[in-house]
Parts: sequence; structure tokens; C-alpha cells
Amino acid sequence: MKDMTSDGPMIEFRKDLFADERDDDLNEIGKPVRRQDILGHVTGRSPFFDDHLFDGLLHMRCTRSPHHHARVRRIDTSEAERMPGVRRVLTGRDVPANLNTLLSLLDFGLDDEPPLAETKTAYMGEPVAAVIAETEAEARAAAAAVKVEWEPLPHVLDVEEAIKPDAPNVLEIYPGNKFIYHGKYDHQKLRYGDVEKALGEADHVVEGRYQMSPIEQAPIETCGAIAAPEQNDRYVCYTSTQALFFSLGTAAKVLKLPSSRLHFIGGTVGGGFGGKVDSIHEPLAILGAMLTGRPVKYAWDRAEEMQVGAPRGAERWYITDGVMADGRIIARKFTGYFDSGAYTRLSSYAIIKGVGHLPGPYTIPNVSADVYCVYTNRTPATAMRGFGITGVDFSIETHMDKVAETVGMNPIELRILNSYRDGDMKAHRRVAKNCALIECAQVVAEKAGVTLSPEMRAASSLTGGGGVRGEIPAFTATDEQGRVEGFAASSYARKAGASSSAAARQPTPPGLQSRPAAASAPVSTPQPAPARTPPPPAGAPSEPVGRAPDKPARSGAMRFSSLSGFRRR
Amino acid sequence: MTKSPVGFTLNGSQRAAFADPGQSLLDFLRRGVGDLSPKFGCGQGACGACTVTIDGATHLSCLVLAESVAGREVRTAAGLADGASLDPLQEAFMDHFAAQCGYCTPGMLVSARALLDRNPRPDRAEVIEAISGNLCRCTGYEPIIAAILAVAEGRARA
Repeated sequence: MKDMTSDGPMIEFRKDLFADERDDDLNEIGKPVRRQDILGHVTGRSPFFDDHLFDGLLHMRCTRSPHHHARVRRIDTSEAERMPGVRRVLTGRDVPANLNTLLSLLDFGLDDEPPLAETKTAYMGEPVAAVIAETEAEARAAAAAVKVEWEPLPHVLDVEEAIKPDAPNVLEIYPGNKFIYHGKYDHQKLRYGDVEKALGEADHVVEGRYQMSPIEQAPIETCGAIAAPEQNDRYVCYTSTQALFFSLGTAAKVLKLPSSRLHFIGGTVGGGFGGKVDSIHEPLAILGAMLTGRPVKYAWDRAEEMQVGAPRGAERWYITDGVMADGRIIARKFTGYFDSGAYTRLSSYAIIKGVGHLPGPYTIPNVSADVYCVYTNRTPATAMRGFGITGVDFSIETHMDKVAETVGMNPIELRILNSYRDGDMKAHRRVAKNCALIECAQVVAEKAGVTLSPEMRAASSLTGGGGVRGEIPAFTATDEQGRVEGFAASSYARKAGASSSAAARQPTPPGLQSRPAAASAPVSTPQPAPARTPPPPAGAPSEPVGRAPDKPARSGAMRFSSLSGFRRR
Repeated sequence: MTKSPVGFTLNGSQRAAFADPGQSLLDFLRRGVGDLSPKFGCGQGACGACTVTIDGATHLSCLVLAESVAGREVRTAAGLADGASLDPLQEAFMDHFAAQCGYCTPGMLVSARALLDRNPRPDRAEVIEAISGNLCRCTGYEPIIAAILAVAEGRARA
């Protein structure tokens, strides 16, 4: 059945496949339906954040670091404050809680990023001051007049350079330039079976190194927000965010306001693709409205969107496969480095997603992965369409072709041979269901004019799986490589001794001298806690002030199975 | 700064408003006149989201000085519909899923209308050329090309 538009087929439905698994009652699927919001789009009336007019609108522009990595010795805003049209110049001291990490709302990760940097900047374009003026041109001129005394610091732009012992430290709270998972490991681990043993038994060992670039989401509408005082002691915020309640929660935390005093209006997003979840603009626009009593717009121009807008992070993957002469892959080992840039944003979460996806849609009895969330002095990375998955998929599928070449097999047949089938056990210990890769590969071969062997043509996702393939390996080789100490294992997210994510702003660490000498020592060395938050006595997980000691710090994270590892029921 | 009065025709109606020195036509239309259909995407003439016509020719309103339209006729996407009656291009864009986020759509429609006004039966290559200055990041261009061709070939409901 082919249909979609009157101009020809765009989608082909193969209802012959798995026909007995469903009733053919997909009444809407395959039929053109108008989008509910498209009348607004074609008439130019869809209300994007900037399509709300305010009398007396002020404009905010930021002064940004010209260095990859620099200490801020002094910020002098006096000249900027005297410039025409300037109403206020904000620095980090004006931000009620000037330290945040996006996933703290899910109780995941340490607060690491100041909305306006005070003592140090860790990437080129990081903001240190925000000028509010009558016109955008005046704000721009005054932002350029903010005097900052910079002391450039050594910087690191490569993930593997960044984890060397003598590398510059990007974030004091992560001394080894690596995110800490579960309070236990400096990387995300996957162990399934015994990879090293299987590699020794394989007919071929195929190795590959894969590198992708960061990718800018590049929405046509740049990110921004307009905030204004309402007449009921609230602030209204029109925003381009693609995560309205996430931005609301972030703004409430950064501004130390109850969210009931914030009135967020969004939902019309001029292209997001992941780049509009970071909630960068809302807190500062609202703060501007609070301090000036007037509507304030803070939006990136195109150059900022490209330079400081957080991209899909770059990934580097090393893959080693053990493959038998007949094409069966018996072992696959990954070492991955996500370039998180200067702050965490969503990269730590992307890796959890990515590791849950390994080893790709293939039944491989021995899998291991060590995947690192690495801090560098590049623009922080964030979400983008399938982030955490696309980079490693590119690597896996490129590697599959390399394996096919090594064993002299048609690459489509190699995939069919190794595909998940219903009933197989996946490396993250869930049973594969509703598999369809074999059928997809068969259709691709047909479309591409590739002749498959009768055996591969007859293969099916429904048969041949399960049994031995459905069993968890009797032995899984584990190790303590990358084990760290000093972070609270009782909490998924928080470092021992750290107060809750919504807690008061903490004193800014005094520069680089707090970096422990052993931070990047060999992996067997326990990593001491950074100096600013001494670990509590053993067995005494910290609790936020005012909470019952036996109550979990937060219950919210449990709902997120991809974060907590708890299975959905 | 001295503001200058600018009188011009917007989508068939006489309009006048004060422009700041150096103000772009885009900012003037949006904040001075209140026509929010042209969009800011780059401010440097690269994306086409701010496309309008001036005396029938397409222009990037972010690069045009507001004062330069005095006495001229400006058309924007807001003027495509005649009351509740939509332009056939608007109907075709809806039918062909030719918009996703909708941010490039007003500029895309203005470029398409300008094309059909000067060339009612363009071929595919001419359609592609006409929208080559309008960037879309969501749908890809095929549904947009299909929508414009459907109007050109008289297949769209009008």
C-alpha cells in the first residue's frame, strides 16, 4: 500500500510483515492529516516567544569570555552602567542561586554551572555579565564596555587529552575531568559475559576508532525568552523552550522563587531539536524583570546560537569485535568518550541512554563497555535528536561493515546473521521483543537489488531466538576499574556532604589549587573528595536541612527508568 | 535620536509609523507596525525567515532600512489570506505537511507567492531556485516544493 501525498509515495507500509500480530485497524496511520497547529503557521499567526509585544521592553545582552579557559580577576561594570540607555548590569552576585546543573531537577548530578560566571570561565563565550538596556544596540554596546580582567588558563579541547593526569582541570568538582556515576565510578560500565576470553577464542579481532563532530541544532528561531512583571506578584515568561516545566523548575531554583510565582507560556517553538531544553534564558530574563520592574527580552543572536548554543556533543568510540569465520560476532568491547564540553548539562544522561543501547541491535554473548563523560573547554553539549544513540550507532554500523569486509560477507547478511531475534537476551539483561531488524534488512536488500542467500531470505525475527540465546551468561567478568571514593553512593546523584540540589548557593571554590594531586592517578587509586565539601562520617548520607533523616532525598528519580535503572512496570 | 515618519502600503492598506534611525524593516514591521509574520532568524540575510516583497520583488527585511520603504508597497505573509479565505499556497502547505515548526513558513510563502505572481507555471527547478534563499531546518524541502508545484499545476484545492 503506497500513499501519503497526491504527488507520489513517501511511505511504504509493509503490512504483510507480522500481519498475524495485529488487527489491520490502523485507521489513521497512512492517511494524510493536517497538523493541528498548521493554520497558525501558514498565516504567520503562531505565537512564538518573540511575537508578544510589550511596551517598554528592555533588551539583555551578555559579556562573554574570549578565552577557552580563564580566571576572572575582576569585572568592572562602571563604564557600562554609564552608557546610554543602560538600566542595569548583572553579574553572578545578582543571581540568587548562581550554580546549577540541569538534571538536578531529577536529582542527578552535581551543581556545576553558574548562569553568570564569577571566578572562572571554562569555555569560549561563557557569560560573565548581562547588560539590560533600552534598545538592543545599546545593550550590545554596553556589553562590550564591561571590563573584565582575564587570566587565561591552560585549556584542553580533546577528550583523551582531558583525562590525562596532567591535563588542565575544567571543573573543580570533577577533578579528573570525568562525571561520577552512581557516586562510585568515573565512567558508565556495562559488563556481560567475558569479553577478553571470547576475544581470545575468536577467529578474527576487528578494531575500529570512530569520531564524530559536535552538531549544532541550528533552529531558525534562536533561543530566547521575554519576562515581565504581572500585576499579581508573579512574573510571566514567554519562552522558546521545548521543555516548559523543566525551564520553570530551573528558573525557580536559580531565582529561589516558588514556582507558583512564575507564569510560563510556551509551546510554540521555532525549531528545537534538543537545543532548547537548557533553560539558559528564562532565569536571567526573569531576574532582569525582577530587578528593573520592566519587561526584559534575552535572546541569542545567530552568532551566539552557533557559538555558545550547546550542540550535540562529539563522541569518540573504540570498538573491538571478536568474530568467527562464519560471521558470528562473539564479543564486542567499547570504550567511549563523550565530549561534554565545559559543563554537564545532559551529557551524563546521554551516556546512560547510549550504554543501554549497546551493543546495537545484535545478539552478542560477551559485551563490555566503559563510557566516559569527559569535560573539556569546549562549548557545553546538550540534547539533540536521539543524543546518546546516534554517535554510537554510526560507529557500530560502520564497524559492522568493517567486520563484514574482514570475514568476506555481504554486510546485509552479516547483520541478519547477528540480529536480535525474539526471546534473545540483551546485554542490559532484558529480553528482546518485537524484533524486526531481520525483516528490515531483507526489504533493504530487495530495494537495493542485493541478492541474499536462501538461508538469509528465510531468516525471521520470530524464529531461532531464545533458548541458549535467551540466557544470561553464567559468568560475567567484573572489575573495579575507575572506582572512586568520596561521593555518596547512597544517593544516585549527590556527592557526600553536598546539600540538596535546591539548597542555598555555595561559596565559590577558590580557583584551581583545590584540585587533589591524586585526582588523575591510576584508576585503582581512590579519588579523594574535592576540598570544598568534606565527606560525612561513613554510613551517614547527607540529608537536606529540614527533612526527616529516614526519608529519601527525592523520590522523583525513581520514575525515570532510564536514569535510575529501575524497570518500568 | 530622531525618529522619522514612514508612510507606506502594507498588504494593501495605508500605514504610517515612526522608524528609528538605522532601524531594519524587519524590526519596524514587527515592533513599530505590529505585523509579526516576518521572523528574525539571523539578522544577516542568510536564512530568509524575514522575507517580504517590496513593490512585488522579494527582499530580506532584516537588511532593508525601514525608511527606504516610504511610499512603497510592502507585502508580508500576513497579507496572503483575504479574511478567512486563504491563498491557495497556504492551503497547499497545510495539505502537504509543508510546515513543521512554522518559523520559516511565512518567509517561504512570501517567496513562493512572488514566484507564482511572476511565473504561474514554474517547473521544479524554478521552484527550487525561488525558495533557495529560505532555510528550513525541520521538514526538509520536498513537502514545500510539492506544495508549491501542486498550486502551479492546478492540483491544489483553492
